[in-house]
Amino acid sequence: MAKIIVVTSGKGGVGKTTTSASFAAGLAKRGHKTVVIDFDVGLRNLDLIMGCERRVVYDFVNVIQGEATLVQALIKDKRVDTLNILPASQTRDKDALTQEGVEGILEQLKQTHDYIVCDSPAGIETGAIMALHYADEAIVVTNPEVSSVRDSDRILGILAAKSKRALDGLEPVKEHLLVTRYDPSRVDQGQMLSIEDIQELLGISLIGVIPESQSVLQASNAGLPVILDEGSDSGQAYQDFVARFLGEERPMRFLEAERKGFLKRLFGT
Amino acid sequence: MTLLDYLLGRKKKTASVAKERLQIILAREHFDRDGPDFLVAMKKDILDVVGKYVAVDLDRIQVTLDKNGDTEILELNILLPDTHKPSGKVQVLR
Ligand SMILES: Nc1ncnc2c1ncn2[C@@H]1O[C@H](COP(=O)(O)OP(=O)(O)O)[C@@H](O)[C@H]1O
Ligand SMILES: [Mg+2]
Repeated sequence: MAKIIVVTSGKGGVGKTTTSASFAAGLAKRGHKTVVIDFDVGLRNLDLIMGCERRVVYDFVNVIQGEATLVQALIKDKRVDTLNILPASQTRDKDALTQEGVEGILEQLKQTHDYIVCDSPAGIETGAIMALHYADEAIVVTNPEVSSVRDSDRILGILAAKSKRALDGLEPVKEHLLVTRYDPSRVDQGQMLSIEDIQELLGISLIGVIPESQSVLQASNAGLPVILDEGSDSGQAYQDFVARFLGEERPMRFLEAERKGFLKRLFGT
Repeated sequence: MTLLDYLLGRKKKTASVAKERLQIILAREHFDRDGPDFLVAMKKDILDVVGKYVAVDLDRIQVTLDKNGDTEILELNILLPDTHKPSGKVQVLR
């Protein structure tokens, strides 16, 4: 049975698209048939992060409106052959995504995939609600920062009240906390919320920690999901996250700051 | 914090301030979100009544809803200002 997973956060710029790209690529790399869908209608970006922007012909909305078939709109990744991408439309029409349209596409994708990853737009408007509506599981992407934590909490409330699982009275959406852009040295200095703080505040189980890392920007420059930059710190952190999602046990890494010299510890940076 | 900060008793743990603020605001938002409608309305009424007698800042009022087995406990914490002027006119400041 195919699983639908939403990557969500409420707040923008926290790393949802970065995570969706790496999550989908990681699942596919392990042989699972995976599709990643960009729900950010009007602000398509997943294609750039996946490096397939020049191959987009049809999009999500074209399929909903019957202007193209799903097969025509899906883009097959060139690096991982079990990975498909469904790009968002650039239309400015807010109502382009309809509930029935989205449901129809997800039903079709379920026939041919093991995992369907939904990259949610920011906010709590239609696009974000559609992205989480059909989810079986949710990756709640959170930065160690006050507004991100609060917005994640908001999204958890919406998952518990408005998702299809909640409305149908089924088992609730399984929620996982993924902390991204984590900077251990600033946590040590008491400037940034720690993993324990965030976990305690949000009350959901931690599935991974992605460090703040230059390799993310470099990978996005190249159109490569950072998980495929296998030697990089954030790439490895994403590999751990995917492994845990699939049920493997992996210790959390990248939680410790680099050792500082005595003088730095005395005087700070 | 650096060792020097520690020795000099300089504290700048903004992260713990952030955590405390989040704990309070999330509790409030959970109450408004998950609390039964009548409780949310009742909270508002109670605050208005309190405001009739004494000027209290909203951030000195904490309302929480806890579950203990089958019983739900509504906890209302009001920190009265040092000098409270009883007056029928003062409102809860929002
Ligand atoms: N772990 C990280 N380290 C450094 N930069 C990151 C990290 N994760 C995301 N970013 C950067 O943050 C910005 C927003 O990321 P993005 O994935 O587009 O967020 P969202 O989809 O939530 O809006 C991008 O510039 C991205 O390169
Ligand atoms: Mg995005």
